[in-house]
Amino acid sequence: MQGLIERAKELLADGTVAQVLGWRKGDMGYDPEPAYFKSEEELKDFVYDAFCGANLSKYMIEAAKLEGKTLVFLKPCDTYSFNQLIKEHRVDRDKTYIIGVGCQGTLKPEKIREAGIKGIETVTIDGDTLKFDTIYGAKEMPFADALLERCKVCKGKKHMVYDELIGAAEDEEAGPVGNRFEEVEKLEAMSPEERFAFWQEQLSKCIRCNACRNVCPACSCRKCVFDSNQYDTSQKANAATFEEQMFHIIRAFHVAGRCTDCGECSRVCPQGIPLHLLNRKFIKDIDSFYGEYQAGADTDSRGPLTNFTFEDVEPSIVQTRGGGH
Amino acid sequence: MQVENTEFRPKIVAFCCNWCSYAGADLAGSSRLAYPADVKIIRVPCSCRVNPMFILRAFQRGADGVILCGCHPGDCHYTTGNYYARRRMTLLFSMLDYLGVENGRTRVEWVSAAEGVKFSTTMNEFVAKIHELGENVRLEDLRCKG
Repeated sequence: MQGLIERAKELLADGTVAQVLGWRKGDMGYDPEPAYFKSEEELKDFVYDAFCGANLSKYMIEAAKLEGKTLVFLKPCDTYSFNQLIKEHRVDRDKTYIIGVGCQGTLKPEKIREAGIKGIETVTIDGDTLKFDTIYGAKEMPFADALLERCKVCKGKKHMVYDELIGAAEDEEAGPVGNRFEEVEKLEAMSPEERFAFWQEQLSKCIRCNACRNVCPACSCRKCVFDSNQYDTSQKANAATFEEQMFHIIRAFHVAGRCTDCGECSRVCPQGIPLHLLNRKFIKDIDSFYGEYQAGADTDSRGPLTNFTFEDVEPSIVQTRGGGH
Repeated sequence: MQVENTEFRPKIVAFCCNWCSYAGADLAGSSRLAYPADVKIIRVPCSCRVNPMFILRAFQRGADGVILCGCHPGDCHYTTGNYYARRRMTLLFSMLDYLGVENGRTRVEWVSAAEGVKFSTTMNEFVAKIHELGENVRLEDLRCKG
């Protein structure tokens, strides 16, 4: 982390960048937040550790409007989102200086609370263990137990786009870990009634806070269909039952073929809805129908929904294949 | 005496491409080929015009089945529209299936302007299928209203 701060200071001092986009210490040890840093002085609050789950690539849309270059720190899977945004002409690569940072997986503070550790004063990450000083004394738990769902099936440690790397090797080849479609497959194996019951229960928890939409790097439309027509604000209350029922289906479809599976939607959901399972279903279908495709792996290929072949499968495959696959 | 009709009459929305299946429906009519009156046709300029939201909206407003008819692949009036529609609908139907909505309620069929017979048989088959499935409650109920 000290290396990142030193490098940011250098780049600010020599005028390469005008501002730094990174994470700032939160009130607690486990809640850093994305922030801009404009001076050496401000950088003293900079932090980068396993609690910095936030994907900073979407902030670069706004950063492109600022004076001068912006230095941004991207984790390996954040770089896929950034690449996808380049492809969609939403960010300005020339006004961006990317430092790729190494990542050992990011953590979910809720899981620490679930493990019964409360009243946390400080957190230290010591190899495979998390050590806490709490008001009830010292506690610890395994690092792996607090990982976010998305990090249990890592896409790999390779950065797709960067200007320099710190804390990560140039030829990092650590491949994907685990089968990310495991949970999707479990759902597919259920009967339609069970699937329906599962989704009805999950989607009924939604409070329409719009956090999933606001954090999603693929959801970057200037005007959203879910914005209020009367006022120029985002709509938090459902204007019609249509929105109530279809919000998540429409959102998942809208990002289909562009979703890099960064898992931010599920990370920020205050109700714990596994939204990534909707996106992963689309990714799985696209992979099996139209060939393997990873959004954000490059900046020039055509997305699966803006492309076609003469031999594509017919929609009737959904009925003939059956069983939800 | 008033007789209450309790027989299930499905509401079926058919999106028909102006250049093929809409004319196919006309041909079916002028050839006096019958298809159920439960089918309500919405004319669209191309199968590709059908936004997935239209289909969801139809279900949410009480449709029991939605069928999309377009030109045979290769015959699109706009050259490639139906190829894009084919990908979109495949993914959307698969998603609805994944959410537990009966997969027989959605269908895509390629019907040309010369295929009045195909139009009529397709609609008869589809309506029979919806009769079998009964009323659509799932999509409307996906999110509890309470």
